[in-house]
Amino acid sequence: MTAVRFENVRFRHPGGVEALRGVSLTVAAGERVAIIGQNGAGKTTLVRHLNGILQPSSGRVLVGERPTAGRSISELAASVGYLFQNPDEQLFASSVRIDVEFGPRNLGCTPAEATARADEALAAVGLSAQAQSHPLHLSLSERKRVALAGVLAMRTAVVVLDEPTTGQDARGADLVAAVVETLAASGRTVIAITHDMDFAAEHFDRLIVMAAGEVTADGRPADVFGEAQVLERAAVEPPQLFRLAQRLGWPQRPTGVQQFVDAFAARAPR
Amino acid sequence: MIVLREVSYTYPEAADPALHGIELNLQPGSITGVVGASGAGKTTLAKVIAGFLPRVDGGELTGTVCVAGRNLAELSLVEAVGQVGLVIQNPFNQISGAKYTVREEIAFGMENLGTPRAEMAARVKQVAALLRISDLLDRSPYALSGGQMQLVAIASMLVLRTPVLVMDEPTSQLDPFGTRLVFAVLDQLQQAGTTVVIFEHKLELLQAHADRLLVLAGHTIVADGSPTEVLADERVDGWAIGSTRYTRAARLARGRGLLPVHGALPVSFEQAAATFGGAR
Repeated sequence: MTAVRFENVRFRHPGGVEALRGVSLTVAAGERVAIIGQNGAGKTTLVRHLNGILQPSSGRVLVGERPTAGRSISELAASVGYLFQNPDEQLFASSVRIDVEFGPRNLGCTPAEATARADEALAAVGLSAQAQSHPLHLSLSERKRVALAGVLAMRTAVVVLDEPTTGQDARGADLVAAVVETLAASGRTVIAITHDMDFAAEHFDRLIVMAAGEVTADGRPADVFGEAQVLERAAVEPPQLFRLAQRLGWPQRPTGVQQFVDAFAARAPR
Repeated sequence: MIVLREVSYTYPEAADPALHGIELNLQPGSITGVVGASGAGKTTLAKVIAGFLPRVDGGELTGTVCVAGRNLAELSLVEAVGQVGLVIQNPFNQISGAKYTVREEIAFGMENLGTPRAEMAARVKQVAALLRISDLLDRSPYALSGGQMQLVAIASMLVLRTPVLVMDEPTSQLDPFGTRLVFAVLDQLQQAGTTVVIFEHKLELLQAHADRLLVLAGHTIVADGSPTEVLADERVDGWAIGSTRYTRAARLARGRGLLPVHGALPVSFEQAAATFGGAR
């Protein structure tokens, strides 16, 4: 089943540059897709089409096999959860709990159901103890995770995460990674924009590279990270252990710690 | 260049100090990295070094913060800003909101410090070229992507040419190319004698660029040394700062009996190349 589809999507900012220059791609339900590429490549512009904040200048965007054209932002919000890059664009309430419950209540959940969802979402992002805090009394990295909890509490079929690991410390990054794994395990579709190549390689099964408003590569991480010229044009570089394996002349293309050590084990004489 | 003596700081209406017992002496022309889990006090320390606390947000500071031999508390705001530039954590909040173009935005601080007009224009041009944002100068600050906004925020501080530059997670929104560019610029500034303090989660980059690494935990400094020393410290797990992928891979390999269990774990690319390339 198709979760989202872009059909030759072009987008021009009013009076400005063409940010998307003919993007076509299909994401199947349950896929984990990371979008990588340079600042200004069009990544955020692309995903903003999924919740109706932007409509294409030409081409079509489909969510759940229906075009977004003519559907309201609130209707799309029931299908697509969206974590903004800047949490301060997203948070508004006087307490973390009210903020996280707002989404489910808006979807028509009973207060008890909204509370239950908020509890689960806050536990997932490691902020149960902060439920009564004012969001502005939390750190930027915590505010980002509050915003993430708000998205999780919506329980949408598609979850879009714009730079979810930004500013997270080691524990926060692990929590965000666990959220991606949990979402995937429950069959949800996750689309993330990230500059963290290790995160992309370790937790996503498909990478999409964007440069200058176009998709320049699309495939499994181990394959995409092997395309040196595409990566250079997109100003990204492979994960650290992938580069280390290259440097050591190994034939394997490990994208994470586990695969790297597996590759090392395969080489080690017994 | 920067000396903190017995510094403690408590936010207004807070029961406990956000920082306590901070002793720090930073040499001119050095890059110091500061790591620590969220809530350890990193942003507070950045603001204390820059003189923003208690001056802007109130609260109570005890001990002394001296910059270039002068007590920061005794400088006027303009004098303090002329000594220490602070790049704050969220670039979306650093934008002044008062300007229509990126060019004016970058010049905003100089305007307040009374820099002559011709000099302002020349400096903006130079710093924009350095950070590869010359093509953004006539855009609105609000029409930028997160990463572009972060580069503009950095440019607006670099342009002040302060002897000390404090940066709170300055690469959080940047692509890998932009991140490398910022660290390359920091290397240049260091060579020109600028004292840089950078608060950052990316351990691999700090390992490669910082002269010195401090760890904040429980609101005070718990480790201080070369990045290689600090990241290989056996207490590292208790600090919740994570570890480099190189260290994690070596740990896992040890656990599986693939590497000898004694000796220091690799913390850098080069060390890992030696560990995994030479061992078997």
